[in-house]
Amino acid sequence: MMDLKEIVKALKEYDGEEVRIMEVCGTHTASISENGIPSMLSDKIKLISGPGCPVCVTVTAVIDKLVELSMREDTIVLTFGDLIRVKGSSKSLADAKGDGAHVKMVYSPMETVKLAEADPDHTYVFAAIGFETTTPVYAMVLEKAIEKGLKNLKLLTSLKTMPQVIRWVVNNGGGIDGFIAPGHVATITGSNEYKELSEELGIPFVVSGFEGPQLLTTIYALVSMKGKTGVRNMYKGAVTESGNNKAKEIVNKYFVPSDASWRGMGKIPGSGMVLRDEYRMFDAGSYDLDEDHMPVGCCCASVLVGKIKPCDCPLFGKSCTPDNAHGACMVSTEGSCYNYFVSGRK
Amino acid sequence: MKITMAHGSGGESTSALIRDVFAKHFHNEILDKLEDSAVVPGAGRLAVTTDSFVVTPILFPGGDIGRLCVCGTVNDLLMSGARPMYLTCGCILEEGLDIDVLDKVIASMAETANEAGIKIITGDTKVIENKGGEPGLIINTSGVGFIDDNLDVPGPFKLQDEDQIIISGNLGDHHAAILGTRMGIESNIVSDAAPLCEMVNKLLNEGIRVHAMRDVTRGGLGTVLNEFSSSSKCTIELEEEALPVSPAVRDFCGILGLDPMYMGNEGKMVLAVHKDDAQKAVSLIKTSKYGENCCIIGKVSKLEESSDNNSVVLNTKIGGKRIIGLMYGEGLPRIC
Repeated sequence: MMDLKEIVKALKEYDGEEVRIMEVCGTHTASISENGIPSMLSDKIKLISGPGCPVCVTVTAVIDKLVELSMREDTIVLTFGDLIRVKGSSKSLADAKGDGAHVKMVYSPMETVKLAEADPDHTYVFAAIGFETTTPVYAMVLEKAIEKGLKNLKLLTSLKTMPQVIRWVVNNGGGIDGFIAPGHVATITGSNEYKELSEELGIPFVVSGFEGPQLLTTIYALVSMKGKTGVRNMYKGAVTESGNNKAKEIVNKYFVPSDASWRGMGKIPGSGMVLRDEYRMFDAGSYDLDEDHMPVGCCCASVLVGKIKPCDCPLFGKSCTPDNAHGACMVSTEGSCYNYFVSGRK
Repeated sequence: MKITMAHGSGGESTSALIRDVFAKHFHNEILDKLEDSAVVPGAGRLAVTTDSFVVTPILFPGGDIGRLCVCGTVNDLLMSGARPMYLTCGCILEEGLDIDVLDKVIASMAETANEAGIKIITGDTKVIENKGGEPGLIINTSGVGFIDDNLDVPGPFKLQDEDQIIISGNLGDHHAAILGTRMGIESNIVSDAAPLCEMVNKLLNEGIRVHAMRDVTRGGLGTVLNEFSSSSKCTIELEEEALPVSPAVRDFCGILGLDPMYMGNEGKMVLAVHKDDAQKAVSLIKTSKYGENCCIIGKVSKLEESSDNNSVVLNTKIGGKRIIGLMYGEGLPRIC
């Protein structure tokens, strides 16, 4: 077993065939930037940020629907901070708020229950976007709402799942040699999910934690696994083979797999989740929200699948900055463009 | 008792409020005259500053809006190398504000001004309608300081090659205390709101070559150092290992995805000091009130002719480098 010093040295001096490694978790993207990891790698090791930031992969139809709901007299839209600034086909929720729409930023979806209970005259809609990690929380919100008999709480869902989009990226992207498997997602789904995928795609997966040294170890493992298949779990403290069964159970109780539309990638079969028919009364209109209006010149779609680096987009750092973001990847603190921009990655 | 519109009428209720709250806590030979304007002795060079404070909640762990408004203005004067002398106090009260809360705030202002050795010499009070929500309190303070005749006033454009970058203490406490209170997160984090008079006076009295000095408020250390770097056309290199952040604030940041580098403080300053004076500056600050965690966190690595390459670079704990850019992204709620 090599120690960290040896790994750091090996990664800097690596002179073999080029290795292209993709991370598909926004927290990994942010941590890689924060730790300055790109500056520690040989030019032959390329890190590519994949579609792991939930805000970044949300299509404009979802934003438009939220804007429409927020303009209704009797409806209040609740959202996480990042989503508020993402533009739909014409405006963002922040723009709508300026026009008098009812939009409120919250820190936890559970606040929806409290707010709806205290104000039965209004309908509270939570903008339920996210991956496998967040879906259990939305299920818990529903569980609470049912327990309390609330009729004025709804979800506008845009829920995504990982395996299918990884398959899509490999088949449509730019030659990925290995994946840093999404750490948070894997705590729910378990590492087994990636075993089949690895065999099928002929690419190795390593489940990683979020600290700098863990990420370096993971990258080193992927470099040495290039051309091989298999799953290694470097985040054993949190991720088991089978995942969190309780979380999976509650998700299955309320949600069912579905097709989902991804920004710049179109509809990917089986890559999302929607409310089960018997709970449709909690849905605020999430079905068939497929339209995806990309701003002129915006390359988010190519960035998300690793075809180009954020700084190769003609708008990057020029007309598109975090203060004036054209695409969603520049809005979210987990977005690839945002992270490249604020940490000066090239 | 609550504030009513009558307290702003200029009549007896106003006089009673001034007498029972403001005059009770604010005392000095200048203010006690209650003239239309305060007439005071001056100096050759004056530093003048003004700041308005709108923080919610009004009372927070480790301080309140009263302590905050004195510290904010006093520290702004100190950062220009001035000795804080006079302070004004303009209060805008919303009807419905609890007079006990106001009393606490004004008492705290008086105590902090006393600690900072600055005199509150004139003031004004107005009452406005409550537009809904918790009744608030807005305070504006203007400050005047005297600058020593022979002092070369520090400035962000005066950094020199090999200057050492010094921080006076832990980062992020005020920001985390306010945000935590608003979000109902229980912790033992308290605001660092404090007047930095003792440490700055020591530096001035000892003739330390301070080239630039700034209190690290909204926007955080990252924002201040970017201004230093672009004004002086230099690169500033920081060591992540050296950045002082308390374990509680570090955990808080971890949970919320915040970076202490961009968090506001109300009792911290960052300095660029001539390399030969840096160690002495650190020990002077360390032995001052509020300076116990002072340390050197980096250095000016090179001065550049062209402004294109100026940057603030962080050497990370694991041996990487990253650029500390300007602050972007979702602005957090106002904290001062």
